[in-house]
Amino acid sequence: VSGRLRLGALALTLAAPALAVAVALLMSTVTLVVAGNPPLETFRSMLDYGVQPRSMALTLNTGTYYYLSALAVAIGFRMNMFNIGVDGQYRLAAFCAAAVGGAVTLPGPLRILLVLVVAVLVGALWAGIAGVLKATRGVSEVISTIMLNAIATGLVAYLLTEYGTLEGNDISTTPLPESAHFPSLPFPGTSQTVYGFVVVAALAGVGYAVLLNRTRFGFDLRATGISETAAVASGVDVRRMVVVAMLLSGGMAGLVGMPILLGAAYSYGVDFPAGIGFTGIAIALVGRNSPVGIALGALLFAFLDQSSQILDLEGIAREIVLIMQGTIVLSVVVAYELVRRYRLVQEQRQVGRALAGDERAGRPEGAPA
Amino acid sequence: MTDTTSTTLDPRLRRQSRLRLSPAVLLLGLAVLLALLSAIRVLTGEGNLTSSGTVNAALGLAVPIGMAGLGGLWAERAGVVNIGLEGMLILGTWFGAWAGFTWGPWAGVLAGVMGGALGGLLHAVATVSFGVDHIISGVAIILLAQGATRYLSAEIFTGLEGGGSTQSPRLGDIGTLTVAGVSDAARSVEARGWFLVSDLAAVVGGLTTQVSLLTILAVALIPLSYYLLWRTAFGLRLRACGENPVAAESLGIDVYRMKYVAVVASGAFAGLGGAFLSIVAASIYREGQTGGRGFIGLAAMIFGNWRPGGLAAGAALFGYTDALQLRGGQSVHALLLLVVVLLVAAAGWSALRRRPRAAAVAAAFAVAVLVWYLSVDAVPGPFTSFAPHLTTLLVLSLAAQRLRMPAADGQAYRRGQGA
Repeated sequence: VSGRLRLGALALTLAAPALAVAVALLMSTVTLVVAGNPPLETFRSMLDYGVQPRSMALTLNTGTYYYLSALAVAIGFRMNMFNIGVDGQYRLAAFCAAAVGGAVTLPGPLRILLVLVVAVLVGALWAGIAGVLKATRGVSEVISTIMLNAIATGLVAYLLTEYGTLEGNDISTTPLPESAHFPSLPFPGTSQTVYGFVVVAALAGVGYAVLLNRTRFGFDLRATGISETAAVASGVDVRRMVVVAMLLSGGMAGLVGMPILLGAAYSYGVDFPAGIGFTGIAIALVGRNSPVGIALGALLFAFLDQSSQILDLEGIAREIVLIMQGTIVLSVVVAYELVRRYRLVQEQRQVGRALAGDERAGRPEGAPA
Repeated sequence: MTDTTSTTLDPRLRRQSRLRLSPAVLLLGLAVLLALLSAIRVLTGEGNLTSSGTVNAALGLAVPIGMAGLGGLWAERAGVVNIGLEGMLILGTWFGAWAGFTWGPWAGVLAGVMGGALGGLLHAVATVSFGVDHIISGVAIILLAQGATRYLSAEIFTGLEGGGSTQSPRLGDIGTLTVAGVSDAARSVEARGWFLVSDLAAVVGGLTTQVSLLTILAVALIPLSYYLLWRTAFGLRLRACGENPVAAESLGIDVYRMKYVAVVASGAFAGLGGAFLSIVAASIYREGQTGGRGFIGLAAMIFGNWRPGGLAAGAALFGYTDALQLRGGQSVHALLLLVVVLLVAAAGWSALRRRPRAAAVAAAFAVAVLVWYLSVDAVPGPFTSFAPHLTTLLVLSLAAQRLRMPAADGQAYRRGQGA
């Protein structure tokens, strides 16, 4: 029985994202048709372009920071907390790391290490503010992280104008020297290289999986997320967990800007990509907080970003993928909720049947479980 | 959103013992505030603090924030947290600009309202019918709104005169209203620079000179909301859904319908705020125009303790600092003195009430702000831009126990769950 159930459960788990992608395709088809563009040919040219080696290498690059961002959000989610502030955390962290990295004189690898440490610390501290406010003053982390995002934006803008260096028309931090560039990896079939940071991101995913699923701390964290009262009853210090989870989430968020800083930009300027934190929320939702699911979600979003580049040449607004991504998120959360309800009903029926079969219990069928 | 740990009875008891904000007290408070501002103006020579131009700009800047806040109020009073306000504001700016360009400004306002309401409807379907977590649905709606408007701009505004993939063509004006006699008289008194009298005249002048008709409509919606939500049976039922949906259901209220009405209205208010931004404030749609005002509106609502008057005060405050910032860092610099005075007053009040810790904290902050005031000549722009967010964070962390959100705010509810 359990084998069949597990298979059924797996099918249900996959059904939700598949349904969401289907709805997204449908929505974008309708949108394309309304705008007078041929949907099938559009999708085909996106696919053709997306699977070219160069595109795949770039997809992997984008996927790298999407993955880190979604992991950061997922750590919070596993404890039933919303770290909406990943966006501010990674930008402030990347700025501070870039500033420190550009200012010190150290041999390459040590400088990279210092940059990473600063980034993780700043990210953790910025998220930690929200954690402490929640633990000590009961301030909702949703509101505080939203506010901290805006404060981070202003702070970075101020620090950049005050302490940045002017290069042409753009202000940025002092660029990292070549010795502190993170080594990149070759990709078969193209001269386009892949961020070496993809390895770090993969390790972060493994670390996330081990920490949450194989340690006492991870168990406590998930327990707190599922039932706070049960966690308290089993001796978990919930306030401490709130702060620690926020610190971990923020530390991971600190890494989000690193592939870009150490692999492409080498300094923090006004054009440093923003908004990755919000994409991370979307991907964490699509991937259901599982390290593998998030990886697939990150690659899907990165693939959509990359493959849409071709549409400009065909006179179709490439922003169509933004509608796809938005629809995927909204329909995936609805689909997961429907699956959850379906499971609940199934379980209730099962329990009902079991109880009805059990004569000693003597309860009527369908009694509340 | 998780609720605070305080018991349900406690804040109500406390509220009864607290000073109630009657109109007289409110007017007195405003008068004292104006007198303080006037004194600082005379002291620092910073005329912009209370000029009619500042007041007028503050009013305009407060409208989108206030409308977003009003949207938050409607949704949360019915128990639905609406982080998606930012997305609905974005929809309002785009649809407002699109219809405003195509059929004229008033059609734009209508389309903006409908665009926002559409976002609200989506949020209602996800959260009420499908029971999706409110925050998750809100974030998804923001992403969807950003994506959809960027696509639509690229598809529709590109190639139009003055338009492009990130902005609309220029839009027509909505009329403004100037109360002829009052406006001129007030401005001539303002020009004299008398203590308090000229400041009062400036406020009157600012509120009677070239005020957009849409501003008047928006401001009128706040007392209207108060009336609907607190003085009618409909409002009582709506708020009951936010406090205790199971009890509301047991009284025969269709909770789903109430929540739908509230969340769609919430989107409509945010859409109006968005239409105001693109049609009145900027006369053009630009990508990223909302600049997080949906979140500031949410902050204003929390700041205002989930009450219409409070959120209006919050929106006015944030609009005022915004307006001062536009007039240069020196004006905001002078405002720091007001913060010092208020903090000293708070310290004194706390000391009187025998709360030495609170008094010490307020006094320490007062000294810090005073040192800051004396050590710099102007407050950098970025600091002003996040002042609302910082204020909200401080208010939340210092006064979270005094704020009381609807009891069932943000909680999942399914029909018949109490049975």
